[in-house]
Amino acid sequence: MNDAHPVGAFAPLDVRVARKAYPVASGERLEVLNDIAFTLRQGEVGAIVGPSGCGKTTMLRIIAGLDRNYDGSIARPPDGRLGMVFQEPRLLPWRTVEDNVRLIAPQADAGELATLFDVLGLAGHRAHYPGALSLGLARRVALARAFAVKPELLLLDEPFVSLDQPLAARLRDELATLVDRYAVITLLVTHDVGEAVELADRLILLSARPARILADMPIATPRRLRTAADVASIKAQVADRLVALGQPAVTAQFN
Amino acid sequence: MLLRLASLALFIATWYAGSLFAGERMLPAPDTVLAAMLSEARSGELFLHLGATLARVFLAFMLAMTAGTAIGYLMGRVTLADRLGDPWLIVLLNLPALVIIVLAYIWGGLTEIAAILAVAVNKLPNAVVTVREGARALDPGLDDMARVFAMPRLKVLRHVVIPQLAPYIAAAARSGLSLVWKIVLVVELLGRPNGVGFEIGVAFQLFDVTRILAYALAFIAVILAIEIFLVQPFERRASRWRLRPA
Repeated sequence: MNDAHPVGAFAPLDVRVARKAYPVASGERLEVLNDIAFTLRQGEVGAIVGPSGCGKTTMLRIIAGLDRNYDGSIARPPDGRLGMVFQEPRLLPWRTVEDNVRLIAPQADAGELATLFDVLGLAGHRAHYPGALSLGLARRVALARAFAVKPELLLLDEPFVSLDQPLAARLRDELATLVDRYAVITLLVTHDVGEAVELADRLILLSARPARILADMPIATPRRLRTAADVASIKAQVADRLVALGQPAVTAQFN
Repeated sequence: MLLRLASLALFIATWYAGSLFAGERMLPAPDTVLAAMLSEARSGELFLHLGATLARVFLAFMLAMTAGTAIGYLMGRVTLADRLGDPWLIVLLNLPALVIIVLAYIWGGLTEIAAILAVAVNKLPNAVVTVREGARALDPGLDDMARVFAMPRLKVLRHVVIPQLAPYIAAAARSGLSLVWKIVLVVELLGRPNGVGFEIGVAFQLFDVTRILAYALAFIAVILAIEIFLVQPFERRASRWRLRPA
């Protein structure tokens, strides 16, 4: 396997979706995405923030190559491995936690897997079947699986939704550790501005459907150095920006 | 367990009573049948015929299950295949077993291949219909997962698709085994020189009820053993990941 890529060698993710529409029952077409364009470099964490139902998952599916029916183009790192965490864990219930990860990442060596399981607090659950896990644990297995393939591009679709706050905060920390360790291109989709501000290097704010980009805001302070005060002030900036754009309705949904 | 034993004892008692009432010729007593079974076993005849029948059951069953699973999967996944295959399926489902057997013998001669194919074709539509339901119920979320992580096809089949189809395949196998062995006996009766069906045919011509019952019971015992020692352990293994009810 070609897992010995030199650091800094992979191409950016370049997303240009001019338009994406679904046919609906009445025979009309429902426009979901409108003129979405952005680029993410290696090691950069982009957070797509938008209200529920605005088309964020559709966009991730297009970027993942699961949906090819759209106008535009996606340039992914060539032959780049893709890691994805879906909204639901999507584990194979008939395989153990360890087998779920190994099946997807057969090239990962035992030492790397052990580290990964340790970081995510899964060391004691390797032999369990997913049915015996809580949702929080299952989500961590999904994270472990995505990282085990050593992705060049990591896509996360609301990975912490419906978890209680302390657990979500811990998993965010674990995710930040992993992202820093592996230096991947990460695209995180969320409707939670707080989560986005804690994790991302760049915020991409989307409007309600059909989604278009309202603002593309880089965060200057590195993730590790952000204090609670920084996070609060960035959140306030985001809110101000949305009000300035005449989107207070969107703001309300974010909070 | 006690209830089961009591029920079995009641069955044997009823059999005895029936035998007393109807006479040994119409319904021989259980011990007469057992003696006949033992004597057939000592001569080796019993095992010869049982073996021939079991081999046919096995081959026809494997053939029908393999082809049925493949066709059912295709029809459940590909709309075009479903549209094209559906009329054929309805014809096959409603074609009487006897017609298929007689036609197979006329077209293929009184051969082993014709016999096994006739049995397999009788079982096939049932397997197709059951597995098709399973294929329609496959989880699209797991499909996407396998595609995103670029799982090789064979791996997807083995670790993602087959485990989802397993309950449907097991259901088809369960009903299939009983259907296949019943049809195998008819096929043997009509055109094979050995096997349990052939023996029962001979016994029918001689009006030998003892022999009919001896062969039938021996065969039921074998099928019961297959169920307990092969089918049930397999099912337990296939469902070991499910949470046990506490």
